Amino acid sequence: MEELHVEIPSRPQGRTRDAVLVGVVASGHCEILLERRAADAVPDRCIVTVHTSAHGFGPIWGAVLDDCAERHALGGLKIEIHDVGATPAIVTLRMAQAIEAWEEAHG
Amino acid sequence: MDKSFFEASARERLLGVVDPGTFREFLPPPARVTSPHLARLDQPVAFDDGAIVGDAQLDGRSILVGAQEGRFLGGAVGEVHGAKLVGLIERARAMPVAPAAVILLFDSGGVRLHEANAGLIAVSEVMRALLRARIEGIRFIGLIGGSSGCFGGTGLLARCCDALVMSEEGRLAMSGPEVIETVRGVEEFDARDRALVWRVTGGKHRFLQGEIELLVADTTRAFRAAALALLAQRGGLELEDVEREHSFLRRRWERFGACDDALDIWRGLGVADPSSVPLLGTEEFVDLARPLRNRP
Repeated sequence: MEELHVEIPSRPQGRTRDAVLVGVVASGHCEILLERRAADAVPDRCIVTVHTSAHGFGPIWGAVLDDCAERHALGGLKIEIHDVGATPAIVTLRMAQAIEAWEEAHG
Repeated sequence: MDKSFFEASARERLLGVVDPGTFREFLPPPARVTSPHLARLDQPVAFDDGAIVGDAQLDGRSILVGAQEGRFLGGAVGEVHGAKLVGLIERARAMPVAPAAVILLFDSGGVRLHEANAGLIAVSEVMRALLRARIEGIRFIGLIGGSSGCFGGTGLLARCCDALVMSEEGRLAMSGPEVIETVRGVEEFDARDRALVWRVTGGKHRFLQGEIELLVADTTRAFRAAALALLAQRGGLELEDVEREHSFLRRRWERFGACDDALDIWRGLGVADPSSVPLLGTEEFVDLARPLRNRP
């Protein structure tokens, strides 16, 4: 397993709620846990931890996560991912699903 | 919306079965109670170890509920996964007012091979806890309709429940098709023959064999309605119940033990055209099968 840690700038996420989990730990997939960072954390940055079984894809993860942070308001969130070789497209879709679940009124 | 139970994730199924907004999870994903064995093997872990447990309401009545995620390692039972189920059952016993039922959404190939003995012990601990709770009158309802079916140790757990609900898509057996083929050869069982697999392990066969209470369509709504319908039945496990079950199984074995295929059993039960059974819709099939099926 390889572990990656990144901190990226993103628009502040206005909503506070219980953690959200989407996806599944299975070949070609990943699961994503979204949580609110501590109250005193910088509101316009998110921290991401990736545990992946596919070694050597750090730069691609960086690009995919930068893209997600630009599309969605991830500022103030803590994101943790268990990955089993999900492609960038799958990760992007799961991130969109996770943030949609976070922002949903009746989540 | 009528969502497929088979296609849904364990979390979606569980939330679709219980009353909206009532589920409270024990050891939720942020608790990060993950498998120490998988970590030691440098394998990916899941935040909930593939088991979701908690309390909720069903039609306003208090229940405990657990669901297995069949897509994470085939829903296999590891040490943490099993301990969560044991904890759920122990909680049912410790509650000042017993829950109306413990509802278990099975979706699992059995013991998690990575965890070997710890997984085997976990299954036996769940089984012991379940039977002890049943003796105290707590009622267990199992729902089977997930993508990994219900096999091995989880198949045994399911059959320890008071009542089971399946969809045609669900599968229930002790040894799974791949296991039988590996051990006994492809002449004994061709695991790639999907029609054979469903004929021998699928919901329709289990309904005809008298192992399940209800066969329902593959929707979360239908599973919820079935669980609700079974809530009212009485719980308890007496010696006579076990003896009745044993004599039922003995009679069934005497009657059908020589059959090579489920089709022979269905014919023996009086199904006029056994080869048409797999094609029947759920309601049509249940109407045909209810008066003919084996019953304890």
